[in-house]
Amino acid sequence: MVLQSSLKNCLQLSCILRTPKAGFNSTTSGGLIIQSVSNDVYQNLAVEDWIHDHMNLENRQVLFLWRNSPAVVIGRHQNPWQECNLRLLRQKNIKLARRRSGGGTVYHDLGNINLTFFTTRKKYERMENLKLVVKALKALRPQLDVHVTDRYDILLDRQYKISGTAAKLGRTAAYHHCTLLCNADKFVLSSVLKSPYKGLKSNATPSVPASVKNLFEKDPSLTCEMLLDAIAEEYATQHQIDHRITLINPADETVLPGINNKTKELQTWDWVYGKTPKFSISTCFNMVYKDSVLDVKVDMDVKHGRIEVCNIDLPEQWLPPALWSELEKSLTGSKFCPNETTTLATTLLRVCPQDDELHSRWNLLCENMIMLM
Amino acid sequence: VCIHRVRSCSSIRFIKSKYVCVFDKSALKFSHQQRLFRTSAVSCGQIVQFKLSDIGEGITEVTVKEWYIKEGDSVSQFDSICEVQSDKASVTITSRYDGIIRKLHYNLDEIAYVGKPLVDIEIDASKGVAPEEDVVETPPMSHEEHTHQEIKGHKTLATPAVRRLAMENNIKLSEVVGTGKDNRILKEDILNYLAKQTGAILPPSPKAEIIPPLPKSETLPAAPKDKARKIPVPVSRPIVFSGKDKTEPITGFHKAMVKTMSAALKIPHFGYCDEIDLTQLVRLREELKPLAQIRGVKLSFMPFFMKAASLGLLQYPILNASLDESCQNVTYKASHNIGVAMDTEQGLIVPNVKNVQVCSVFEIASELNRLQSLGSAGQLGTNDLSGGTFTLSNIGTIGGTYAKPVILPPEVAIGALGKIQVLPRFNGKGEVFKAQIMNVSWSADHRIIDGATMARFSNLWKSYLENPASMLLDLK
Repeated sequence: MVLQSSLKNCLQLSCILRTPKAGFNSTTSGGLIIQSVSNDVYQNLAVEDWIHDHMNLENRQVLFLWRNSPAVVIGRHQNPWQECNLRLLRQKNIKLARRRSGGGTVYHDLGNINLTFFTTRKKYERMENLKLVVKALKALRPQLDVHVTDRYDILLDRQYKISGTAAKLGRTAAYHHCTLLCNADKFVLSSVLKSPYKGLKSNATPSVPASVKNLFEKDPSLTCEMLLDAIAEEYATQHQIDHRITLINPADETVLPGINNKTKELQTWDWVYGKTPKFSISTCFNMVYKDSVLDVKVDMDVKHGRIEVCNIDLPEQWLPPALWSELEKSLTGSKFCPNETTTLATTLLRVCPQDDELHSRWNLLCENMIMLM
Repeated sequence: VCIHRVRSCSSIRFIKSKYVCVFDKSALKFSHQQRLFRTSAVSCGQIVQFKLSDIGEGITEVTVKEWYIKEGDSVSQFDSICEVQSDKASVTITSRYDGIIRKLHYNLDEIAYVGKPLVDIEIDASKGVAPEEDVVETPPMSHEEHTHQEIKGHKTLATPAVRRLAMENNIKLSEVVGTGKDNRILKEDILNYLAKQTGAILPPSPKAEIIPPLPKSETLPAAPKDKARKIPVPVSRPIVFSGKDKTEPITGFHKAMVKTMSAALKIPHFGYCDEIDLTQLVRLREELKPLAQIRGVKLSFMPFFMKAASLGLLQYPILNASLDESCQNVTYKASHNIGVAMDTEQGLIVPNVKNVQVCSVFEIASELNRLQSLGSAGQLGTNDLSGGTFTLSNIGTIGGTYAKPVILPPEVAIGALGKIQVLPRFNGKGEVFKAQIMNVSWSADHRIIDGATMARFSNLWKSYLENPASMLLDLK
């Protein structure tokens, strides 16, 4: 069933928000289906925050449908260095976002759909939501072998994970969101979700790796649009509302006042990296300098994304001790970030003795340190 | 009703009391918390154990992931206390009380149990507000109109500070429209209400302009535009400013900059400024821009400025030198690695283009494009940021005419370029014409560079730019 554009409603969301009874008659249990017009992960996460903070969910539940351009999304209490290949993300310009719900790390691209079920805290019920999704999938393609596990995953053919779940509970509202793999790039997914960083010790929530598969691989006639439509229809049926999807623009301040601030906050370094629980790195690497190979041992403690303690073990006299302790001191308190370290190191170089040999050793050491970040 | 008085001493254990029968059970939701009620104010606070409420789905234990408060902090009702996690769900626990945190029962990453104490809060009843006010779920025990009201079937939410402000100004909370979360009444709402009463108009505050999300009452808010157009008129009412100074340590890159700039100021600077007529260069660039575009490169004025500077440095190599720490030796650098000051989110960084002396204007432009895109992505490498020998700072892209740039050690000279302005000037025939004028401000290390050298270099650089064709004669 192809979604017709006439089903996508032009009804102003602001009207729905201000006069709750508009569009629904008193016999309905109250439900609303909205879809984001944006593919920006930060904007979409901000919409979730906004609904969670501002919408009255007492008499109405909301289903939010969204898709993102390539991004890696880590859980609230996770460590990005542990979960993904940050170097690769930077190279490929893939965004990194931290969501407010718990759970593990996922890769999003336009071949993946996201569903968020908003309810009051009392009505928070993940299993029901996932069963709804499975019912919708089976209605669309009855031969699909999909079921919900007790870990709140959806498996295809009892083997492959096609959906992961996470949730956020606040004082009065709650949401449960999940992904659904339709036609995502599995190659990029597996390469970005593999961390190259060694020697990390952390209490952050670890992700549980799983074999994944796209629904498209099982049935090439499936598209994201079809899945979204099927799920919306099932939701509409279960909540006894019209199968009408309202489009929202996450940049529109008149409909969602304060949304742009939420979007900005989700993009700050302090949120994405700074919220990483305290962790330590204990590792060593080899540096090739001219004809010799040097062993360097590094121990660092990182708290709030900043280096709290920094110990670099170098062969004696390779760098003048004063300079070496200067580097350790400067790194202390600095962000655990390649850009910060590069600019810091090159700026410090200006006040060092002007010696080419010294400069090339310094740059070599700094480049290797940066590889850890 | 059992009433207990407890001294505000954190070591004394909380004594259980019976439930007060007036509880509105439907508002209780999941908690089974104990409460103390008093009929008279006591000077010391009472310690209340705030227990972890039910998470749902039959969950009995969670992991404490983050504390938002620490012992000794004061909290208001609905402030976030901590974040706990259970099986992929992250839960924000908020305070039920106003008071001071006296004890945290768990450390980070410890398992917390539903129904067991999470934190101890000392409720301070000596603020002069009746204790019923602190907890909204109870129906009004007193009939004071000021502090605790019901609007159209639901209760008003307001912090004690807001309630006090309302009381001081004899305002009924029921008549104030709340614009905060859950229709909470904020300080701004009280002030706005006051302003309407006195007939004066308040300067618009950011919060007042936000349309309240889903007002439960039918009144729609005034359009923000109206408020923005009104001119603020001074009102004789207490202006409440709750801003606080914020102190942060200087770390990382900024700490390094402090070091560098302190070293820079030790260099005896002298300045030399001049005006350049870029009329011909502007015309030339307009012609060349599309050609560069075809080759995929954005052509600005900088490549011309840099190439001209390099040609000048060939004649006056002392400007591309470096003085050692003891000021005993001058090293004349062979490469012209010209740095370009770049303004990024982090602050001022100076990547450089290597060996400008052997690069064409196009090659310089192409390299600048590469550095600019890396700079905005925060991905410049150590090689790009080190090894500079001379710097140009195009502050004119932001604004300004003349400047007093600071030399970046270990260099000995720097130039700041102002913005290009269209100004009237006289030509050789005494006629006024439209000229594109840019100002340059040079700073140089007076220990090894004298004014005459700087002036001659500047004149040469100026002549190349005022008459770009002359650059052709000397290009290598």
